[in-house]
Amino acid sequence: MSAPILQVRGVSKHFGGFTALDDIELELGASERLGLIGPNGSGKTTLINCISGSLTNDSGSIVFKGEDITRLAPHQRAARGVARSFQIPKPFRSMTVLENLRIPLEYAARRRTERARIDDDAMDVLELIGLKDRANDPSAGLTQVDMRKLELARALAAKPKLLVSDEAMAGLSSSEVDEILKILLALNARGVAVIMIEHIMRAVMGFAQRLVVLDAGRKIADGTPEDIIRSPDVERAYLGE
Amino acid sequence: MFKTRADKIFWFTLAAVFLVGLGFTEVLANEYYYTAVYAILQATMMAVAWNILGGFTGYVNFGSAGFFAIGAYTAVALDKWLGLPLPLLIVGSAIICGLMGLGVGYLTLRLKGVYFAIATLALAIVLETLITNWDFVGAARGVYILTPEKVPFFDSYIQLLFVVMLALTLGSIAVSRQLNDSRIGRGLAAIRDDEVAAECAGVPTLRLKLISTTIMGAMMGVAGAPYPFFVTFVDPLSAFNLFVAVNAIAMPLIGGTAHWIGPVIGALLIGGAQEAITVTISSELNVLVVGIMLVLFITLAPQGIVGLVQKWMKRRRG
Repeated sequence: MSAPILQVRGVSKHFGGFTALDDIELELGASERLGLIGPNGSGKTTLINCISGSLTNDSGSIVFKGEDITRLAPHQRAARGVARSFQIPKPFRSMTVLENLRIPLEYAARRRTERARIDDDAMDVLELIGLKDRANDPSAGLTQVDMRKLELARALAAKPKLLVSDEAMAGLSSSEVDEILKILLALNARGVAVIMIEHIMRAVMGFAQRLVVLDAGRKIADGTPEDIIRSPDVERAYLGE
Repeated sequence: MFKTRADKIFWFTLAAVFLVGLGFTEVLANEYYYTAVYAILQATMMAVAWNILGGFTGYVNFGSAGFFAIGAYTAVALDKWLGLPLPLLIVGSAIICGLMGLGVGYLTLRLKGVYFAIATLALAIVLETLITNWDFVGAARGVYILTPEKVPFFDSYIQLLFVVMLALTLGSIAVSRQLNDSRIGRGLAAIRDDEVAAECAGVPTLRLKLISTTIMGAMMGVAGAPYPFFVTFVDPLSAFNLFVAVNAIAMPLIGGTAHWIGPVIGALLIGGAQEAITVTISSELNVLVVGIMLVLFITLAPQGIVGLVQKWMKRRRG
């Protein structure tokens, strides 16, 4: 594994008396593809909320590119190269598709973007994602799959080093899943590390180089996809005793 | 400032409106017209100020008009205490109300939606209570302001106030437009659309919201500073008038909140209609008119007049 871009060290998170994350350890190499799986309520979304900064972990630390970002606000992490997409798309509804991408280009990626090139950069991202024809359409009227693509496009426009994709494919058809997978692979080929949360096993197995399994806030397995599906712990977590 | 053709038209229009206003003071002596137009201008400025937080940023609130009253009372206090001239009173009100906007924003902005709206309403009531008990500015009795008999350049003091208010209002429109078209304005729009997504796209949401409340507060304060000299008697009830507060909300909502011109259109329309109705029919009926228009627009055209025009233009294009 190359030098880690992200280190999650002993991260715990409690909501009242409920332990959502219990002493999670995780390392991610630069341009690595990691699948994060686990049953509903196992803490996947909480973990990526702690990574992206929407939540602050109670103990432990999050280190990104050698810098402790545990106490940074989400927008500061975005500026350093942590991007995420949301499970339920959150487009900026009053804006067109292109204008949606201008926001991260003008904010998160501000230091990495020339002002005169903002629209060009946005169009490049839309081209990669396959939304170029929709650039000037209002984002509120997009179809479900285009909405997911916009979600990814906006994350990409922040020019991240790490992309956290939270169930970008839930509810999509099989061919649409393939489309999104292709986008994520193309992205990864450009050197972006990706953490993918997904319930669609075909997608995770096809995408991830390594799988991490969470169950009830604990990490119960970490390894190659082939090893993970043979692991009795994982089987127990999903299917019960 | 003059980058595009739209910029040129905008600044030319502002200059033309100001010069026409100035020209009127040469030919028109009837004080009623200045009083009426002053009221409309004041409403416009309050609508523009409200819209910066309520429209651009999406934080609908009932408390903004409280800053208008604080602006008025800051002017009263500074006038009584130091006897400053009007321009300095306006600057003083802008600073005090801007700082209050910052402080109040810091305290209330962690609330969202209806909770934020209620918190700001409560805050306006707290401020009113403070003023009602502050003897130096007349407390509940109110305070009389003496305006000079003779003023340089103009025939009467109301003409001077009218010209000052015209300049301030045009200035506030220019600020609002610059903000709307700026990087900060786009960040505010992102916050309005989805705050969590905005933050994850790198928008420093708290800082931008505080900028928004500060500008809103300062602008409301500026709108309020000349008010005591306009009415010559201020008491807490009139300064914290709920109707004035509702107007500042109704006008942007009817005009359209997402675009800088929305509150201007709304204020000219509603303010003009109110003055006309007050004179021709009854001084109470105008309240009803605002209410009916607000209901009509919220149900039939939630994006306001600007939204209607945009929709119509899109349909015409294809």
